[in-house]
Amino acid sequence: MAEIRYLAPRTLDEAVGAFAAAQGAARILAGGTDLLVQMRNGLAKPGLIVDIKKIAEMTEIAELPDGGFRIGAAVSGAMLAEHPRFGQVWPGVLEAVNLIGSKQVQGRASPGGNLCNASPAGDSVPAMIAAGAVVTVQGPEGRRQMPVEAVPAGPGRTNLRPGEIVVGFTLPPRPAGSGDAYLRMIPRTEMDIAVVGLGVSLTLAGGTVTHARVGLGAVAPTVLLVEEAGNALLGSRLEEAALDAAAAACRAACRPINDKRGTIAYRTKVAGVLLKRAVAIAAQRAQGGN
Amino acid sequence: MNVISDKLHVENNKWIGTRTIRPDGADKVTGRACYAADNVMPGMIWGKVLRSPHAHARIRSIDTSKAEALPGVKAVVTARDIVDFPLDKSVMLGIQDMRWMCRNVMAREKALFHGHPVAAVAAINEEVAAEACRLIEVDYEVLPHVIEIEDAIRPDAPILHDFLTFEDKPSNIAGRMEAKLGDVEAGFAQADVIVERTFRTRPVHQGYIEPQACTVSYAADGRATIWSSSQGQFMVRAMTSLLTGVPQSNIKAIPAEIGGGFGAKTIIYLEPVALLLSKKSGRPVKMVMTRDEVMRATGPTSGSLSTVRIGARRDGTIVAAQGTFYLQAGCLPGSPLRGPVGCSFAPYEIPNVLSVGYDVVSNRSKVAAYRAPGAPLGAYATESVLDELAGKLGIDPLELRLKNSAKPGSKAAYGATFGKVTFEETIEAIRTHEHYRAPLDKTPRPGVKRGRGVASGFWYNAGGESSAQVNITEDGNVLVTTGHPDVGGSRASIANVTAELLGIEHGRVSVQIGDTSSIGFSNLTGGSRVTFASAMVVTQSTEKVITQLRERAARIWKIDPEAVTWENGEARPAGPNAGQFPPLTLTELAAKANEMGGPIGAGVQLNTTGADPGFATHVVDVEVDVDLGIIRVLRYTAAQDVGRALHPSYVEGQIQGGVVQGIGWALSEEYLYDRQGRLDNASFLDYRMPVCSDVPMIEPVMLEIPNPKHPQGVRGVGEAPIVPPLAAIANAVHDALGIRFTSLPMSPPKVVEALEGA
Repeated sequence: MAEIRYLAPRTLDEAVGAFAAAQGAARILAGGTDLLVQMRNGLAKPGLIVDIKKIAEMTEIAELPDGGFRIGAAVSGAMLAEHPRFGQVWPGVLEAVNLIGSKQVQGRASPGGNLCNASPAGDSVPAMIAAGAVVTVQGPEGRRQMPVEAVPAGPGRTNLRPGEIVVGFTLPPRPAGSGDAYLRMIPRTEMDIAVVGLGVSLTLAGGTVTHARVGLGAVAPTVLLVEEAGNALLGSRLEEAALDAAAAACRAACRPINDKRGTIAYRTKVAGVLLKRAVAIAAQRAQGGN
Repeated sequence: MNVISDKLHVENNKWIGTRTIRPDGADKVTGRACYAADNVMPGMIWGKVLRSPHAHARIRSIDTSKAEALPGVKAVVTARDIVDFPLDKSVMLGIQDMRWMCRNVMAREKALFHGHPVAAVAAINEEVAAEACRLIEVDYEVLPHVIEIEDAIRPDAPILHDFLTFEDKPSNIAGRMEAKLGDVEAGFAQADVIVERTFRTRPVHQGYIEPQACTVSYAADGRATIWSSSQGQFMVRAMTSLLTGVPQSNIKAIPAEIGGGFGAKTIIYLEPVALLLSKKSGRPVKMVMTRDEVMRATGPTSGSLSTVRIGARRDGTIVAAQGTFYLQAGCLPGSPLRGPVGCSFAPYEIPNVLSVGYDVVSNRSKVAAYRAPGAPLGAYATESVLDELAGKLGIDPLELRLKNSAKPGSKAAYGATFGKVTFEETIEAIRTHEHYRAPLDKTPRPGVKRGRGVASGFWYNAGGESSAQVNITEDGNVLVTTGHPDVGGSRASIANVTAELLGIEHGRVSVQIGDTSSIGFSNLTGGSRVTFASAMVVTQSTEKVITQLRERAARIWKIDPEAVTWENGEARPAGPNAGQFPPLTLTELAAKANEMGGPIGAGVQLNTTGADPGFATHVVDVEVDVDLGIIRVLRYTAAQDVGRALHPSYVEGQIQGGVVQGIGWALSEEYLYDRQGRLDNASFLDYRMPVCSDVPMIEPVMLEIPNPKHPQGVRGVGEAPIVPPLAAIANAVHDALGIRFTSLPMSPPKVVEALEGA
């Protein structure tokens, strides 16, 4: 039997050093809700597990002086839900993070793990993309930042360089009149995986959209930023024509597969339906509703 | 839930009909209950099964030498070690043919599905056993495979078994069953309206949470002990004996606490293999299936292709009904044809019926029984056609059922002439229920539609062999032993019955399930039979105990036993002796037992009869999100004649559980195969059983119409409630959308496609 080493470093430098030195034989452990399942199924056989939860920065939630937020990569869904301010500012992102896995694993499941698992159906990713979140990564060659949408490379693959670890997410300051939402289609009500997931972030001024971003999941090899959908909403007052155009942009962005979780035709149609529904919720929030 | 029943019981009984604390509850909620996988023995090793990577392949040879040479490996078995039942002679155990069972537990000539066991290894731990499985070299000749019914019955289909012929040609049709009454063509000639539709259902899994597991210890003296989770320790003993050649008298099968069975644990997969591994290795062997193995290689129940045609006169009188049911058997014969063929038309008095079933093999795992086997898929077709017929005739669907319902003396096509029939009562219970009368806003919001549907169902129910022993302990308490694994509250129900009969506090009665060496033969927990049958043998045993207690008191008082009565847990002198002696309690009599004739206890073994059939009628409201195609069940009410609810909470649980399984069957559960014939959704993530938040509180309406052939009036309840939901939900969806779904599950992509095509 192969031996597994387990490390729980207190500093990021130690973690990066050990992770890089293992040269691909190591896996990062945040909540473990993907990693442990993969190990049990024989899909992952790491020689080294680097637990990042002992590193303070990884589990911190900070409201920044400019009004933005920094969320450590290993912050659990439950921790984020308990933050007094985060859910008020980014209700859509919080909803999405709280849908990772199921209620039972929310005390462990983290947005960093969800992103690095690189599933096209990861729930938090479309909402983070819509929010315009940027990830900080640290590797042997130091720190760098990249937009969330640049992280996934394909199912189970990321664009992180060897030895790089996602440290956290930075969400931008929120102008007045902003709101976000995340919706996913699952056949059940719980314990399921997104057939389509869609996040929207809007800013409205006097009823006119001044900022709009749309993230779309489970319809392509990676979660997508659908710029055309955001552009279709920009400058509109969310009239039917703008919503139709944004929905059409979402459908056009779909490159899904037929699989056990949904058909191409169904996923494509649902992308448009969710766009309209999520925009309605985000707009209501932007205008002061809940 | 149902006020009438509780009141009825409170008036007559102290314990029967009350919601006593369940005897297995504390152990289950605290994690102490010992399920099959919890057993551990000194020196125990682990068994693993090597499974076929092909859906259909001839096995040319198996080389196990490398696996056997791996350090830590203690034994390897293949089909050569399993008793062979030659194909030309059927050997039956109950409804199971050992020719098929020996080939199901271990592939013999061919691997017949992806996941079919080919060999098994026992080693010092699971990792070594798994590694040894990888070292076994199997030379396969891969053959073309066939999965779906339509493909399997084509003339040019790959044939699974050369020995099977149908109409004198090699065929995948393994059998035919027919139920007939009158002249169906002459009947249709009298009909003013005829509706005919073809329906498809997918195989669905029983979905028990506890995977199959066992520990088997074969000792040097040739005696074997089996700890396993099943719906019948005597079935485990008999089938293991047949497949290993070890006589039944040398096998002790100990039933573990069971984490769900729903019919599927009426056959075995691991026990004979583990026994042979234990025999070869000289060590106790434990085997536990993974969820993947459970989904891939146990159960499910049949998928189906059914055509039902029903004709009625203008006034709603049904004059003829015809059903043709093709069922997927999986890789070896044995579909539950009796379900759809016999049950589909049984609730109705129809003079002309022709109901025919075909057993179709294909490269899937062999089906296992699932709650009212085959009946739900038959009722789906029949009750959908009745709904459409009611629409065409302009008659309320419940009125149509009432008008044609079977009555005492009605003859069913499957052969029975009914005695007491309580179908009309279930229809009336729904027709007069507030749910059926409540207004339903069919378009509550844009993009949302609602509908209401009804359907009925029938299940045979069963009696059969049961044994019980009732012993009075030295301290005057009561130990009842029965021979049935408890999947539906039989221990709680039996405790209520025993306490009632003896007139003592409920807490003084313990009920246990005996192993095969400590209680007489008892047939499977299945067929909605256990509470019916075991209450019968426990009642007779308890009555014998009461006779003994009266005799003891009579001896102490030196009076005639006939002059002693048993009331409220004590013997009292009666007749001319009334009041002459102070009563003797159970505790006092137990204390004097040995000086007055020895231990007090009695057992009864019976082949029970009198299990009249069960009827159910359901109403359901659904809501459809038309843009996403999601169907949600808003409200569900299920009426059933339960005879007498010995423990109402369990009876309600049976009704609710059956309905929930029916909801999954209707809306979300299905076996999905890829092009290579591999199951593509062998997990609870992608095999979508409903979760709690998917279903509303199911309201059971228990109609307590005592079964006159049972001492407490019990009627089987476990299976009838899964029969109506498929059609009830499909009928409700039709009411909402005007679209009649003839294919299950009504999954969101299918619903959207239908709406876009409409």
